[in-house]
Amino acid sequence: MSDTTTAPSLGDTDAPVSTSSRAKGLLTVRNGLLLLAVVLLLIAPIFVEEFWLRTGFAACGAIIGAIGLNLLVGTTGQLSLAHAFFLAVGAITYVYLSGEEGGTAETVNGLGLPPLVGMVAGVLLAGLAGLLFSPVAARLRGIYLGVASLGLVFIGQHVLNTWTSVTGGFNGRTAPRFELFGFSFGSDNPSLFVLGVPFNAPERLWYLGIVLAVLSYVFAKNLLRSRPGRALQTLRDSEVAAAVMGVDVQRYKARVFLVSSMYAGLAGVLYALSIGSVAPESFALDLSVLYLAMIVLGGLGSVGGAALGAIFVTALPLVFQQYAGALPLVSQPGQGGVSAGQAARLLFGLAIVLVILFEPAGLVGFANRFKRKGRKRPARTTGPTPSPTPAQGSTT
Amino acid sequence: MNTFLTLLLNGLSLGAIYALIALGFSVIFKASEVVSFMHGSLLLFGAFTIAKLNASIGFIPAVIVGVLATAGVGLLVERLCIDRLRGAPVISLAILTIGIDIMMLTELTRRIGSDILNVGHPWGGDFVSIGGIGITTNRLYAMITAAVLIALFFTAFKFSSWGVAMRASAEDGETAALMGIKRGRVSALAWVIGAGLAAIAGLFLVGSPTPGVAPVVHSVALRAFPAAILGGLDSTGGALVGGMIIGIAEAMAAGYQDQLLFLGRGFGDVVPYVVMILVLLVRPSGLFGTKELTRV
Repeated sequence: MSDTTTAPSLGDTDAPVSTSSRAKGLLTVRNGLLLLAVVLLLIAPIFVEEFWLRTGFAACGAIIGAIGLNLLVGTTGQLSLAHAFFLAVGAITYVYLSGEEGGTAETVNGLGLPPLVGMVAGVLLAGLAGLLFSPVAARLRGIYLGVASLGLVFIGQHVLNTWTSVTGGFNGRTAPRFELFGFSFGSDNPSLFVLGVPFNAPERLWYLGIVLAVLSYVFAKNLLRSRPGRALQTLRDSEVAAAVMGVDVQRYKARVFLVSSMYAGLAGVLYALSIGSVAPESFALDLSVLYLAMIVLGGLGSVGGAALGAIFVTALPLVFQQYAGALPLVSQPGQGGVSAGQAARLLFGLAIVLVILFEPAGLVGFANRFKRKGRKRPARTTGPTPSPTPAQGSTT
Repeated sequence: MNTFLTLLLNGLSLGAIYALIALGFSVIFKASEVVSFMHGSLLLFGAFTIAKLNASIGFIPAVIVGVLATAGVGLLVERLCIDRLRGAPVISLAILTIGIDIMMLTELTRRIGSDILNVGHPWGGDFVSIGGIGITTNRLYAMITAAVLIALFFTAFKFSSWGVAMRASAEDGETAALMGIKRGRVSALAWVIGAGLAAIAGLFLVGSPTPGVAPVVHSVALRAFPAAILGGLDSTGGALVGGMIIGIAEAMAAGYQDQLLFLGRGFGDVVPYVVMILVLLVRPSGLFGTKELTRV
């Protein structure tokens, strides 16, 4: 039961013996495409509008968060609705540690530490929060865990709204700009031109987001291929079997909570950076549900799927907003019709239902289906396409 | 003392509403193994329909139509989605209901808009006082209705052939199916009951002292979740006890807010979750839930 949703034929398994010449050809094509994608992403700021760069940065944050949640829900089979809470811990830690004292409506404290320290601390503290919750999580199974984690979101909301000196209360507080060794990612200082294009905040954040997202992606990929990754997948399939095989169930559950919430913490920091401010309201149950939507749409258990889902879910409402005038059925705000945000939400809901009904492996499952059809590869070790996700039982 | 008794009574009445919702949860869970995250929307839908129809067709018909319509939505969901996915993992089914919930809530929020709809209960905001202990008429009726419905439900559950069929299929679905019990029918009926109960709970939940039908009711309904979990998801009696515990705890926390100010304003809203997590720490399957046994 490996991470088969990501298509073993893509060369992940790097089996040197059985690699036929044809597979080698595919490998180079794949690498070529990958290279092209990387180059396109890297030169994008030169010719792409600011709107797309900002959307891209928001998507990068979401990708990181979704990969984290996917490790927990998709790989390990622990339903968690608490992701928004861990995002909040990361975001609030960042704005508190790196923010300045002051504030408009409420006086807020801040330590004014370098943003990098704030970011790292945000990740660590979110991880700590996950670790603290893991004793509860380790005792609960399946749906009980889901509802207990639901509680965490509401309790978190309450704390955020109450602890005004840190969070700014209901109105929230602004997030400090990110800066690395004097190089600011939030302003045009020091000013920078590439091919005559000024590289300001959106362009700089774009690169920051891509670097962090790629690192998170690679880390998760490697984790899944390592011993702990296999242990987690066994845990999902059967806790008893895992325990019999020598997997320390409690400890692995605690660890996956730690890793997943650290991902969430980083996603929270990026969220704060991309919005420019944080308010308790942003970290409500809605956000958890959106993250769940991302990983379900992308394909439970697949890192690439989580990334795809995250891009889809983040970009859709923004794109709707931007092009509301050109879309049928979507009206401008205040005209009584379906607004862009609502249209996007309706679409998510529908997409979730359809995916679970017809393609439990999500977008990645779709992609693989076409790939398999096109190639007609003799079924090797994977057998009759066992769906590796916990979402089986579709009627198709 | 009077304050305490008043709070207790109000807590009980709130608990009765929660118990109705939680009962729906656990009936659905027992019959179809689905944890319905869409209950908040069902409740809101019921209340919304009643509020919309009240003006044109009168209160009682509006309630009947509202409850039936909500039950119809439950039936539709069961037939179109849940029934096709029999045997799918609990988590997928739960996520599916979340998807439906997103759609329903978005549409309802859009239709309700920013104003608060008033259901216009015939009893309005009346207040009953017995020896210094006060409660709104709405809540009093809620308690009575809940008691009657719950009694009816338990009788049916124990004696009717549907009740027997349902208990059998919850106990061991395959054997029950072999004995000629139609699981699809049992689960469909469970959804109808669960959704209908949610609509009735919605009717009372949006009455005084709550202002009216607003999207926020959705999150109030979510607090019945802890109630169901607390009692044990697969225990109907547990849903009742859980509802009462949550209702009383919430009313007390809200009533003694001034003494609890160090926990922050509005702590009453999160009390259900705090209680739930504490109970789950001690009893991971709830108070009356079946302990999960693992056979190797």
